Amino acid sequence: MTPRISFQNVSRRFELGGGGEFLALDRFSLEVGEGEFITVVGPSGCGKSTAMNIAAGLLRPTAGRVLVDGAAVEGPGPERGVIFQQYALFPWLTVRENVEFGLRVAGMPGKRRREIADRFIGLVGLTDFAEALPKTLSGGMKQRCAIARAYAVDPKILLMDEPFGALDALTRVTLQDQLLRTWSQERRTVMFITHDVDEAVYLGGRVIVMAARPGRLYKVIPVDLPYPRTEEMRLSTAFAALRNEVWRSVYHPEAA
Amino acid sequence: MSAAPDVTPGGAAPSRASWMPGATMLALNILAVLLGLGAWALVTAEGVVGLPGPGAVLSAAITLARNGQLLSDALASLARVLTGFLLGVLVAIPVGFLMGWYKVARGLIEPYVQFFRTIPPLAVIPLAIVTMGIGETPKIFVIFLAAFLSSVVATFQGVVSVDRTLINAARVLGAKDATIFRRVVIPASTPFIMVGVRIGLGSSWATVVAAELIAAQSGLGFRMQQAQLYYDLPTIFVSLIAIGVLGLLMDRIIIAADRVLTAWQEKA
Repeated sequence: MTPRISFQNVSRRFELGGGGEFLALDRFSLEVGEGEFITVVGPSGCGKSTAMNIAAGLLRPTAGRVLVDGAAVEGPGPERGVIFQQYALFPWLTVRENVEFGLRVAGMPGKRRREIADRFIGLVGLTDFAEALPKTLSGGMKQRCAIARAYAVDPKILLMDEPFGALDALTRVTLQDQLLRTWSQERRTVMFITHDVDEAVYLGGRVIVMAARPGRLYKVIPVDLPYPRTEEMRLSTAFAALRNEVWRSVYHPEAA
Repeated sequence: MSAAPDVTPGGAAPSRASWMPGATMLALNILAVLLGLGAWALVTAEGVVGLPGPGAVLSAAITLARNGQLLSDALASLARVLTGFLLGVLVAIPVGFLMGWYKVARGLIEPYVQFFRTIPPLAVIPLAIVTMGIGETPKIFVIFLAAFLSSVVATFQGVVSVDRTLINAARVLGAKDATIFRRVVIPASTPFIMVGVRIGLGSSWATVVAAELIAAQSGLGFRMQQAQLYYDLPTIFVSLIAIGVLGLLMDRIIIAADRVLTAWQEKA
């Protein structure tokens, strides 16, 4: 079976001022299956966001290629939804108008658009705030709105770039559970970037550990915990063992 | 001395010393104006300075208002300002968008904008009068220039400051360039444009009065120039106050429009 996403020897160089070069990503290869939830973790400079932006079509690789369902990525497309750390909601649009944005761009008639938007606004628990402007929402609510907006265009893949990185610990845990719930109802292939080891283990079916200088794949750690994940699992010994393994790989790659 | 107004702060206790309810602030503003008028009346009544008092200015204002001169002067000035200002803004916004969106347009237009920006529009008046005659054209042209230059720079700044993440968010939702321009770039740069429009209106108003002082047959600036010849200080005062009040009113209208257009902004 063709993997949903296939990174094939993807490299990305950045020119630095003064003629220097910086290798942000070095021959990164990875296959992600349909409906799989992978988390990508690593220190800053490990190229995790670079890899995601290349898959999103927002950045071109300098070598290698990314295939989605066997076809090379040439630019952004609505079959690959992206969720940004800074939410990136359109501040002049209400929650509903934000969620409808992609559908409007696709030329869907208003009534149908509204039905779909309302369904996903409900799924992320923002029904009471459908008419609110983003400035009135908390950080967690903004990110839920962004998730609804990405889901509304019915992408096959969700690319999430440290989506909960700017939130406080409690809100983050709540949103992790909500994301998994949404994912279990609306199964998509998810590539979730984070720098939080707990988050990586709790959400992912596999944890992709990356290393820096140059940014590269370091290790793939399967997470043998069943879905749905529960709060009790976070406290289990199996979870602790996985967390230790990921932690060691992230922070002491040379010793492992 | 009037007593301090009876205003009690509401339930929310102020945590900072500078906090003050709006009504108290307004009362202080009014008090300051009344005190200023009182001081003016006192100083002129004593004959300390050779200026007309508030009474003389008020009676001059009533005379000028009755015979229709004040209104026709104000309308003449306003007509020039609005014509030049609207033309300036209407040309500036598309040009600013072009500069911000297309690097080639920016490269071609920017040297002219940056150069002319350093010349005060008033300095163009002699040239405008020589080449365009003494009719309305040179005055409107100079006002157009004033409004255009401040609005074009603000619009351009607005376009180049649009958050890249918002553009990327639109792209990954399937939007192409035209849609991104219409649905992201235009709304995102509105706050910048409004700042430029506000500055443009201010400098248009300053420019029209100065232009009328130099060459005009009507308008508030022209009236002052005439009054100066006859040493008619009350009329000069009336014109000055009219200029101030009209300028303030126009500025308030822009602020109100800005509030409606950019209500979505997160204010710190």
